Amino acid sequence: MTFELETAANPEGLKRIVIEPVTRVEGHGKVTLLLDDDNRVHQARFHIVEFRGFEKFIQGRPYWEVPVIVQRLCGICPVSHNLGAAKAMDMIVGAKLTPTAEKLRRLMHLGQVLQSHALHFYYLASPDLLFGFDSDVARRNIVGVAAAYPGVARQGVALRKYGQEIIRITSGKRVHGTGAIPGGVNKNLSPQERDVLLKDIDQVIAWSRDAVELIKKIYCGQADFYNGFGYFKSCFMSLVREDGALDLYHGGLRAMDELGQTIFDHVDYSHYWDYVHEEVKPWSYMKFPFIRSKGREEGWYRVGPLARINNCDFIPTPLAEAERKTFKVFGGGSATQATLAYHWARMIEMLHCAEGIRELLHDNDLLGSDLVSRGERALRGVGVIEAPRGTLIHHYHINENELIVRANLIVSTTHNNQAMNEAVRQVALQYLDGQTLTEGLLNYIEVAIRAFDPCLSCATHAVGKMPLEVDLVDAGGNIIDRLNKTSDGRCDA
Amino acid sequence: MSKTITIDGLTVPFREGQTIMDAALSAGVYIPHLCHNPEFKPHGSCKLCTVNVNGRNVASCTLPAVEGQQVLSDIAELNAERLALTQMLFVEGNHLCPACEKSGNCQLQAVAYYLGMMSPHYNHFYPQREADASHPDVMLDRNRCIYCELCVRASREVDGKNVFGLSGRGIKTILAVNSASGLLGDTDLAVTDKAVQVCPTGAILVKRRGFTVPIGQRVFDHLTIKDLQTGGGHE
Ligand code: SF4
Ligand code: FES
Repeated sequence: MTFELETAANPEGLKRIVIEPVTRVEGHGKVTLLLDDDNRVHQARFHIVEFRGFEKFIQGRPYWEVPVIVQRLCGICPVSHNLGAAKAMDMIVGAKLTPTAEKLRRLMHLGQVLQSHALHFYYLASPDLLFGFDSDVARRNIVGVAAAYPGVARQGVALRKYGQEIIRITSGKRVHGTGAIPGGVNKNLSPQERDVLLKDIDQVIAWSRDAVELIKKIYCGQADFYNGFGYFKSCFMSLVREDGALDLYHGGLRAMDELGQTIFDHVDYSHYWDYVHEEVKPWSYMKFPFIRSKGREEGWYRVGPLARINNCDFIPTPLAEAERKTFKVFGGGSATQATLAYHWARMIEMLHCAEGIRELLHDNDLLGSDLVSRGERALRGVGVIEAPRGTLIHHYHINENELIVRANLIVSTTHNNQAMNEAVRQVALQYLDGQTLTEGLLNYIEVAIRAFDPCLSCATHAVGKMPLEVDLVDAGGNIIDRLNKTSDGRCDA
Repeated sequence: MSKTITIDGLTVPFREGQTIMDAALSAGVYIPHLCHNPEFKPHGSCKLCTVNVNGRNVASCTLPAVEGQQVLSDIAELNAERLALTQMLFVEGNHLCPACEKSGNCQLQAVAYYLGMMSPHYNHFYPQREADASHPDVMLDRNRCIYCELCVRASREVDGKNVFGLSGRGIKTILAVNSASGLLGDTDLAVTDKAVQVCPTGAILVKRRGFTVPIGQRVFDHLTIKDLQTGGGHE
């Protein structure tokens, strides 16, 4: 857990390589490498511009608007923001959710994670995994996958669609619906809607099993390479259920250190700041969170599928649990640290989502009509959820007039900031150091970043803006021009 | 024999004292409008209802119907003007439909859809406008006010109060609240008042209700504004 390569000792005279935008991640990011004349790497950094514009934007807005507005942060995982904010607002309205409301939210969430994981695995990651990281760039994309592996591509499309259908039914729209509201949800499931979803769920489970088999085959087929690629050790953090089970919707915070020892467990997330701090570094707009008790040097951590599968004691659905055990045995019984193991863990989770959806669809509470509850009003609310990419924290303060006065969001990609930088540095050292750089080699860097499935649009907190930054760099490594592109707001309710 | 006018060639009967708008609505003929509400005296400010009567452009919500008038309404030239007026309303305020709880129930949004508005077209003014959440049950978000004065009229004519009024002119116009502090919380407004129910946009809202009606069950999820205001569009 070092900060080697974060800052070059003598940056003057080094040449700068910029990879931007990092492709096939959601949003835009930028990697800069500083190399000497022998192409030895002296500095490697992954930058994301974090505006935190959202926190400003919602100041003075009524709290009940927030779960809907906050979805505008992201077109990929709006449901996570909807739910994270709604959970915070549950605290503000003093609600204890009815079984119907909680189960509908869980269903919505599982559908969301399923579609997000499918999108990532099939559309964004599979070209690297199936063809090789430095394979022909012309076919290293989803179109190439569809040509070479039509069955795989079709499953990806169908799984994604199924997840989106759940979102549409529970929230009213495939993207940016209004399902979760303070204290509950605004609609239940009709028997017809349930039957539509039940019709395909067994197929969805079967495909999800195929996906786990596929990534297992790829991973174990090149186990040494996959284990070693961008390898580093870190702490992990995620929510777990009271009994230690994997739970994507609710639980207490658990963190383990790089040796698998518990740092904290079942922490009430409404006091997350007692456990997690955010560090500011001068070269990055995005903050670097770390676990307080471990300090900034040792306390940075990973979140997301790998963290969750490592952290939980078991998965409460049988097929996914069997796969978790296999994963654990493969990792030698303790926490798996390999960067690329994210892909494997992600598919185990997708299988869990599919199983969880089936279980819920057989639960008649989904058809109930008791949708919203209210209790004693509070002026502060914290909502935490395990979003597809990892722990997502929403934190709000309101005034007596029910308007937001302060907000703080820590999104998954921000939690993973240090870890993604570490992965970039490891890969730079392992594969790029001293080499003549090719597109294929630069893609190694992107493969390491992509393993985390970063969502830069969430991470930047920029409402209505797609942050794209272009640096023009001269031979001496000086930035001579900088362009910022922003898109204008649109009315597309 | 009752008296008649024609609207776009269709013969429409009217009673003495009715405006062209009244006659049109009674006959199920839709003329786009925002500041008009049949329950209140016409106001004639938004100009969306402008029609051509015997060659002259006039506000149909204020002009009395007169035997034999030939009215043109649903014609390209007038619809283009209506669209432009609607687009101006969007840029003069801060109307962020995706984040607005009135979405799907909003007449401004519905008129925009009816007129085929795809974008605001003009540059946004992004005016600085205050929201007032001081009332325990009602929220006033001036960002979405289009100055139709329906709340002003409702408060005076129906509620017997005088909670709202316009102040300032032109682009500086604001919806003022009649209390010493200027705050809604210091007025006698009640959540059950007509003034609270009548706002065509999301400027006056009952608190804590936002987004409780799911997408699919909102007024304009299945109806156009024409259907709604002409009783199902049977012309
Ligand atoms: S608050 Fe609503 S009803 Fe009152 S003037 Fe503004 S838009 Fe019209
Ligand atoms: S409806 Fe006639 S001027 Fe507004």
